[in-house]
Amino acid sequence: MSNATTLTLEPAVGSRLRAVLRETEYEFIRLVRTRAFSLSVIGFPLVFFLLFGLRAHDAETTRYLIAGYSCFGLGSACLFGIGLGIAMERAQGWLELKWASPMPRLAYLAAKMVSSAAFALIVTALLIGLGITLGDATVSLSQGLRLAAIILLGSVPFTALGLLIAMWVPPNSGPGIINLLYIPISFASGFWMPLRLLPHWLQAIAPALPTYHLAELALAVFGLAPRTGALTHWLVLAGFTLLMFAAAWITFVRKEHQA
Amino acid sequence: MPAIADAARIEPTGSHAPELIASLHAVSKRYGGRTALDGVSLELRRGEVVALLGPNGAGKTTAVKLLLGLLSPASGSVRVLGRDPRSSAARVAIGAMLQVARVPDMLTVREQIELFRSYYPRPLPTPEVLRLAGLSAIEHQRFGTLSGGQRQRALFALAVCGDPDLVCLDEPTVGLDIHSRRQVWEQVSTLAAAGKAVLLTTHYLEEADALAHRIVLINQGRLVREGTPAQIKQGVAGRRIRCRTRLAPDALRALPAVTSAEASEAGVVIFTQDPEAVLRRMLTEDPGLSDLEVTTASLDEAFLALTTA
Repeated sequence: MSNATTLTLEPAVGSRLRAVLRETEYEFIRLVRTRAFSLSVIGFPLVFFLLFGLRAHDAETTRYLIAGYSCFGLGSACLFGIGLGIAMERAQGWLELKWASPMPRLAYLAAKMVSSAAFALIVTALLIGLGITLGDATVSLSQGLRLAAIILLGSVPFTALGLLIAMWVPPNSGPGIINLLYIPISFASGFWMPLRLLPHWLQAIAPALPTYHLAELALAVFGLAPRTGALTHWLVLAGFTLLMFAAAWITFVRKEHQA
Repeated sequence: MPAIADAARIEPTGSHAPELIASLHAVSKRYGGRTALDGVSLELRRGEVVALLGPNGAGKTTAVKLLLGLLSPASGSVRVLGRDPRSSAARVAIGAMLQVARVPDMLTVREQIELFRSYYPRPLPTPEVLRLAGLSAIEHQRFGTLSGGQRQRALFALAVCGDPDLVCLDEPTVGLDIHSRRQVWEQVSTLAAAGKAVLLTTHYLEEADALAHRIVLINQGRLVREGTPAQIKQGVAGRRIRCRTRLAPDALRALPAVTSAEASEAGVVIFTQDPEAVLRRMLTEDPGLSDLEVTTASLDEAFLALTTA
């Protein structure tokens, strides 16, 4: 009996895994070919970094913006890749066709999350590369890996937020709405410049933003933020993730019910 | 769970009819206050094409979505291979073509087929899918560059690439020219010959007639009539009577063998299978009847009369 179970289960697990890998591979290819996505998600942080991050004899600014723009790239990749991506496929009826197929449910979300995280890591790698070669920054291997790990883990809360956005945002006005929310939030979280340079009221709001906690973790890699708060930052991000997933799930079930 | 699906496939049905693949049993579905389906039952057997025929808003798409497990019924039951269509064992046995407003532009025909193949435990080889759907020449084109007919064929390929037992095609020929439409027809016939159960929705009687072994006529969520194309045509065909009369359409509809009666500017238009009997009654009851014209009703006309309330 146990033999029969393993015999029937193994191909099923194998084919599921194959489906997840295929889904991820083609989602990544799709995003690369979608120029509006790939050029802006990679292009914006790089251009801003070239403009503001490479001042001579200012290694601290360079390293600050490597961390900050890595977070910014991660947010754009997830909000546009996952949030707008799902919103559009939902509106076009494409999501429904996929839902009618035996596609493993998790493969769809996993593919979008892994692909967006891959874009974010590309941004991080390019920023470090530019910072070292064109700027005065020194980034050790361990710092680079720690930053990459934070960006990778940070893709989870952003995926959850992207999912919630996908449930609400109308696909046509999606890019505008996402930018309108995301750009100010990224400023107020310290992605662009140290919080101490921002108005006091903004500094007071910042700890309420999950993105602030992500930025603090990324900046701490270069000693630009205190390391002592790391546990709190991770807990806030974990709580935010659960909250977003729950809100997205409730919205999804409600819309299903109305349909 | 492919092994379980296999067991279901070889299970003897115990009757001479081909194996039952999918069924709706007394299914009702409401959206808000509107009834989309009202007590509809439907059976799909191996090797047959069933056309779900009706005007827009009749409940055709709802029936398809119930079979695909995209909706759950308010009452009644839906089964695919004896299982809930939401179960993974049933889902790997279903292929679907839905009305999609846009397809993600950036993947090629071949890539999209490979992706959908990966969802199924025993898919057809990619070259065979391409050949079956007539896509071999355009396999490396991106979806965004396809013409309407090519796009429908590509969506068809996605529905069949997993070698499913049940294929649901929701309006597969909508918006296609006659040439592309005939290509789809040929592909559907091939599917049935290969032993699939095919459910196809359409609002063209001609299409249902050309393709289906059985036609299920629905209107406003209710099953109006069911039978072979010949039976349906016999049932709906007949004569069209036009005349000026003081008899009210309501009274005319109550006469035996009258399918429909509508008042128009040119007089009353009546569809009936027994024009002589109807006319005899009308002339008796209204001696002033004038401008009489009796013609053979075209199938489409008769069908339209049956499905517009």
